[in-house]
Amino acid sequence: MKKGFGVAFMLFLVTAGTVLFHVFSPWWWTPLASNWGYIDDTIILTFWITGVVFVAVLGFTAYCVLRFSYQEGRRSEYKPENKKVEWWLTGLTSLGVVGMLTPGLFVWNEFVSVPKDAAVIEVMGQQWQWSYRLPGKDGVLGTTDVRQVNDKNPFGINMKDPKGRDDVLISGEDLHLPLDKPVKVLLRSLDVLHDFYVPQFRAKMDMVPGVVTYFWFTPTRTGTFDALCFELCGVGHYAMRSKVVVEKEGAYQAWLKKQQTFAQSLRAAEKQSGAESKVASAQGSGNAAGGGSPPLVTGR
Amino acid sequence: MADIVPTAAEDIPSAEVAEVDLYHAKSWWTKYVFSQDAKVIAVQYSCTAIAIGLVALVLSWLMRLQLGFPESFSFIDASDYYQFITMHGMIMVIYLLTALFLGGFGNYLIPLMVGARDMVFPYVNMLSFWVYLLAVVVLVASFFVPGGPTGAGWTLYPPQAILSGTPGSEYGIILMLVSLALFIIGFTMGGLNYVVTVLQARTRGMTLMRMPLTVWGIFVATILALLAFPALFVGAVMMLFDRILGSSFFMPAIVVMGEQLSYGGGSPILFQHLFWFFGHPEVYIVALPAFGIVSDLLSVHARRHIFGYRMMVWAIVIIGALSFVVWAHHMYVSGMNPWFGFFFATTTLIIAVPTALKVYNWTLTLWRANIQLTLPMLFALAFIVTFVNGGITGLFLGNVVVDVPLSDTMFVVAHFHMVMGVAPLLVIFGAIYHWYPLMTGRMLDEKLGKFHFWVTFIGTYIIFLPLHYLGILGVPRRYFEMGDTSFIPDSAQDLNAFVTVAALIVGFAQLVFLYNLFRSLRHGKISERNPWKAASLEWQTAAYPPGHGNFGEHLPVVYRWAYDYGVPGAPDDFIPQNVPNNAVAESHAEAPSAADDAEAPRT
Repeated sequence: MKKGFGVAFMLFLVTAGTVLFHVFSPWWWTPLASNWGYIDDTIILTFWITGVVFVAVLGFTAYCVLRFSYQEGRRSEYKPENKKVEWWLTGLTSLGVVGMLTPGLFVWNEFVSVPKDAAVIEVMGQQWQWSYRLPGKDGVLGTTDVRQVNDKNPFGINMKDPKGRDDVLISGEDLHLPLDKPVKVLLRSLDVLHDFYVPQFRAKMDMVPGVVTYFWFTPTRTGTFDALCFELCGVGHYAMRSKVVVEKEGAYQAWLKKQQTFAQSLRAAEKQSGAESKVASAQGSGNAAGGGSPPLVTGR
Repeated sequence: MADIVPTAAEDIPSAEVAEVDLYHAKSWWTKYVFSQDAKVIAVQYSCTAIAIGLVALVLSWLMRLQLGFPESFSFIDASDYYQFITMHGMIMVIYLLTALFLGGFGNYLIPLMVGARDMVFPYVNMLSFWVYLLAVVVLVASFFVPGGPTGAGWTLYPPQAILSGTPGSEYGIILMLVSLALFIIGFTMGGLNYVVTVLQARTRGMTLMRMPLTVWGIFVATILALLAFPALFVGAVMMLFDRILGSSFFMPAIVVMGEQLSYGGGSPILFQHLFWFFGHPEVYIVALPAFGIVSDLLSVHARRHIFGYRMMVWAIVIIGALSFVVWAHHMYVSGMNPWFGFFFATTTLIIAVPTALKVYNWTLTLWRANIQLTLPMLFALAFIVTFVNGGITGLFLGNVVVDVPLSDTMFVVAHFHMVMGVAPLLVIFGAIYHWYPLMTGRMLDEKLGKFHFWVTFIGTYIIFLPLHYLGILGVPRRYFEMGDTSFIPDSAQDLNAFVTVAALIVGFAQLVFLYNLFRSLRHGKISERNPWKAASLEWQTAAYPPGHGNFGEHLPVVYRWAYDYGVPGAPDDFIPQNVPNNAVAESHAEAPSAADDAEAPRT
């Protein structure tokens, strides 16, 4: 057997194995449920361009190992530079890079340009649960301030802002969204970094205490989807879950009617505070937002 | 190609400054412990880095046990898990890879390769190691304080890193930040040495464009580190202030568990900018020395000059420069202004061009070469495979919109382990097999080495390749356990179990490597002088292995680049850098003291 055959064969095996694994991998995208098919397309394009380079470079390496492995007395070729080859390779590589970057930036432009008709909702993160706020009849979310967060006002809605009174608050329950309506998701955190992500939607953004961030998407498929936290937020990070239900307009409106507004929740809290003030304060010290359950496990 | 054609002997300038006497050790303590000899300091750095790296290896087993077999190990809870991943990452990136490449290989190879007797500031160089050791001690101490080490993730993002919901927020985070600050102080002392030595202490005839690529890689990486580490330093100090003094550099108004904290007005994203302004160059601080070293390993063992030397040098310099304008590609979904994405995606993909050219030139070095499949060559080939794989996935993550679904998934974990974990470590292994004879006068055992190689290469590859696909599926990183998640099939758990088993096997192979290192010190085959027939200066010393002062009475004079392999008409298939043209005709392979023979009169 020729010297170098074993190593060349292993290099070939690794290259071919990688390609085969890619083709036959049982682990692949979750089926898309939003408008971001462009992102998937860009990734497929990137796989093709880089895949060709991967196979070419490693195939060439394996060939060299096989063809030029050591022979006593032979001299290697002395040719320190080859301008032509180097310029060709620079040109082709640049072309490949442009081929990936151009569609990438095009899609990114879409990603950061929120459609004017997008409905605005808010996702709020705190250790370790999700809450949601939808604008009420006025169609506008009230302003917020972390300093105003307390037992009765877990979202920190500005008490003096009349626009906040009719906001719909959802704590510890699933978020519902209407099908085929673009949504601008405003992201807010009370404590640390979080990241609200539904893999089927493909779109995510960190939420950062002190600022409001956003992303947008259009749900294109009905169903119930897992939402996970995608930015390390402390010891309960892995258990910070929720669900997003995408449904047809009628079902969505029916669900929406059942939800409580900020004004209603304030009234309910006042009624309760008369009767159960002791119980409420005990709960509040452990869990400001009520509902939901910080799952775990404190430090040692 | 003036730089490549050997220069006539008459062109060698005389020395500009007279040699300064070295500090000579007077006792065992100053020779082996408080040594000012860069070679001893290199060994001290390397041993410390490998020792702490073993801790990180064990941590990786523990985290893999949890991922592979969740709910099976009662001694691992969520806090422990986050502490494992944090310390594993931090140790591997900073205390192992950075310290080993720069403090270890930099110290050992720079003076020898440029023809200097030592680093230019030997005393500061010694201090560099001791401060580094102190940093490691403080880091290890954090395992033993109440609450344990920090579990904030190696990125230490505030506000989480210093709040009570994160393990180690009492003392662990303080020790972590202090340790980082110490590391940076220690590194700066060493780093200034490396840069000044390369610039000022090269021997006569050793022009910049004749330096081995190893020196180029370490040199540029050190410059990057000197410019990048200060950003981490101020970030660490500011976070310490936030944690201890209650300042609010990175802390906005916050409510934690219903309690209003007294912080207000700070910016968490500011820390991320500081961190990644260091963190991205850090990738190249690790990668550039690996690029340099692997170029030399390929060239020596393929018995051929490196292909496109000048382009290789310029690629290192350009990559180094570009690495300072790509940092925010780690922050595409951080909540920074999304319009930054256009700029950083463009710079990031541009950096792929010089990087790809380096890969092409490595493979073209093998073209019409005479490849010896020695252990260093095997590791170099494996580096090409893993680096190409990891580099390619970098193009996914760098292309801003593609990063959106992939960020913070296992795809990222797989990517950076492949490109800056496995690939540089394979180079480190290759480099140790290559230079061990120079350091000890003995060869490492080949059979154990082959076992180590195949298990490490194939093992790490099958660990990290499938993890990419879990990331594409949407499996997040930094999850203690997945629990019930509708989109994750059971097969993902089977894969995790498989990967854990593979990780344990690969870990075992590293113990075999360590055994080889120790055993060969005494029982290894005695190495002949210059066993690989390399042309660069470190193999042309008067004594072998080189002693204090590196070279004999006279410093070598350099007449050619470090890659004269297979020169047509030469009697041997390589010409050492210090052999003048008129001596090429005579056989030099047997001439041990070429350094002295070729010496021009001392001025």
